[in-house]
Amino acid sequence: MANVFPKWVNTIPIKVIAAITLLATAVVLGVTYYATPKYTRVGYAPTQPVAFSHALHAGQLEIDCRYCHTFVDRAAHSNVPATEVCMTCHSMVRQDDPQLAMVRDSYESGEPIPWVRVHAAPDYVYFNHAVHVNRGISCVECHGRVDQMEVVHHAKPLSMAFCLECHRNPEEYIRPPEEVYNLAWERPETKEYDEEAIAFVHDWKVNPPQSCSGCHR
Amino acid sequence: MRIFLIIYVFVIVATVTILGFRGSLSTKTPLEVFPDMDHQAKYKPQSENDFFRDRRNDRPIPAGTVARGNYLNQQAVFSEDFADKRLGDTALLEGKDAEGNFIAKLPLAVSYELIEQGRERYEIFCTSCHGSAGDGNGVTKPYGVLAASYHDDRLRNETDGYLYDVIMNGKGLMYGLKDRLSPEESWAIVLYVRALQLSQNAGADALTAAQRSELGF
Ligand code: HEC
Ligand code: HEC
Ligand code: HEC
Ligand code: HEC
Ligand code: HEC
Ligand code: HEC
Repeated sequence: MANVFPKWVNTIPIKVIAAITLLATAVVLGVTYYATPKYTRVGYAPTQPVAFSHALHAGQLEIDCRYCHTFVDRAAHSNVPATEVCMTCHSMVRQDDPQLAMVRDSYESGEPIPWVRVHAAPDYVYFNHAVHVNRGISCVECHGRVDQMEVVHHAKPLSMAFCLECHRNPEEYIRPPEEVYNLAWERPETKEYDEEAIAFVHDWKVNPPQSCSGCHR
Repeated sequence: MRIFLIIYVFVIVATVTILGFRGSLSTKTPLEVFPDMDHQAKYKPQSENDFFRDRRNDRPIPAGTVARGNYLNQQAVFSEDFADKRLGDTALLEGKDAEGNFIAKLPLAVSYELIEQGRERYEIFCTSCHGSAGDGNGVTKPYGVLAASYHDDRLRNETDGYLYDVIMNGKGLMYGLKDRLSPEESWAIVLYVRALQLSQNAGADALTAAQRSELGF
């Protein structure tokens, strides 16, 4: 009997298996790398209507976050400042700078400056700023080094896994409450400090929720 | 197989080129992978609302009304024997007595905690213009903010009520901080300003003998 199939057909199963493995690996790697908030959100830096720089105001001039985000330690929501707050200084500083024309117009007309929102939790998540910042969780854990950003960008994924990572081990992130607004603070890499942090979490009864109803009410 | 491998590598290179790496800055709105219930019909602070003509969700407070939860305990308001003490308290809210004259002394009980609270708020809201010592040398001075020094006889002899009024309603070039400070916080700042004035103008005879010998008089 003549050979119906040529010899190369023997390698087809191996080739098909190899191709499927390669494809599957690429798809799995691609999805884990790209389809999570670590890729979709981190780095989002919309162009703001006014070229406001945190690196200048919060970094170089060392204005406290609460001068502008006044209610961050008192309320669930951290407010973006009203135009009047800018005008406390810019009525005297750079009165004629064209970059600030929109700020002056907004102050005169009462129309808010249309800041583009960067961070937004989905509506089914309850988030509270005051609870975190008053208990020694700094802005830097969730927003990165804002005081070095010319334009604010989304620095952390703010996904559920990210929130839980800290809620399970708060002692690895907690800092003395007076250092919360000092984004440059560095955690001492000593054993004593680790013990202090554990004691702090225990003594202050810091107890972040891990049950679903804590964040999805 | 060779063709497959070439296409495979090409697709991977193309994907990475188009999508880039994690964390690279981008001005594009983040992709929502599963947008289910991310946006619900609920009102969040500082968001947009198409119902109102100015599209603001936070409504301006109509004249003659008090925002719910701002000053009064709801339960107390709706109880039978409610008598409004706080809203009529001009000393606390305006720093003036019933005749409209500034009160000489702050209407809160003075304690070390109150000074500490005042210090915290002072460093947030006043240092950038008036400086930590209250001498008018804040970081914004080189840029044209000519804030007053507290260390002159006129301000030392002014009433507490006057200082309170300056903080809340501003004076001359200084804007008021009514929207950002509660009356109690402002009184705490007044107390801290008094402490600063004393710190720069204390006579040696105000010290105890032990303190004097420590300083070497
Ligand atoms: C001089 C006022 C001012 C100071 C001080 C300031 N901010 Fe801001 N901040 C703003 C304004 C205005 C915006 C909105 C425009 C923007 O996003 O750039 C903003 C936006 C932000 C955002 C992004 C908000 C969003 O849309 O999601 C974060 C996060 C933030 N600030 C954190 C901080 C932190 C942390 C500090 C202290 C180190 C700080 N800010 C100090 C005025 C200020
Ligand atoms: C505590 C005072 C203070 C406040 C409050 C403040 N600024 Fe400024 N701002 C400054 C100073 C000082 C400069 C630097 C001026 C210079 O370099 O000549 C500046 C510069 C700027 C510039 C020009 C930046 C550049 O690169 O040239 C912009 C735009 C600006 N501010 C926007 C804002 C906005 C918007 C707000 C309100 C959220 C605000 N500022 C609040 C003090 C302030
Ligand atoms: C535990 C994490 C966490 C910490 C700590 C934190 N934030 Fe946020 N922040 C968030 C989340 C999540 C959002 C989105 C909230 C939402 O959509 O309701 C947000 C939103 C914001 C916004 C934008 C609000 C808006 O309406 O545009 C500002 C401004 C802000 N944060 C400032 C701060 C400042 C200043 C600090 C430090 C004092 C701080 N945050 C600390 C997680 C955090
Ligand atoms: C870096 C640490 C850290 C991160 C990140 C963090 N949290 Fe928390 N969270 C805490 C701590 C600590 C507490 C406990 C405070 C206490 O016990 O008083 C807490 C408490 C809470 C509470 C309980 C509030 C209450 O009223 O009892 C909620 C809800 C919450 N977090 C939501 C979130 C969400 C949503 C995120 C993600 C966007 C998040 N947290 C990210 C540290 C963190
Ligand atoms: C620390 C707060 C926290 C706790 C506790 C928590 N979640 Fe979440 N959850 C979040 C946040 C924040 C998001 C939004 C994530 C995002 O936008 O990427 C979320 C998103 C989700 C989603 C939607 C995911 C999607 O992309 O559509 C589901 C489903 C969910 N959570 C279920 C649960 C369940 C079930 C539990 C209890 C085992 C739980 N969560 C506990 C914070 C929390
Ligand atoms: C944006 C800069 C700025 C900030 C912030 C600021 N001030 Fe002033 N302040 C000024 C300027 C400018 C003057 C001079 C006003 C004038 O004489 O026109 C002044 C004047 C004063 C005076 C003297 C009033 C008089 O009778 O001469 C007092 C008291 C005072 N400020 C207290 C405070 C306190 C307390 C705070 C913090 C809660 C504060 N200021 C925050 C800029 C500022």
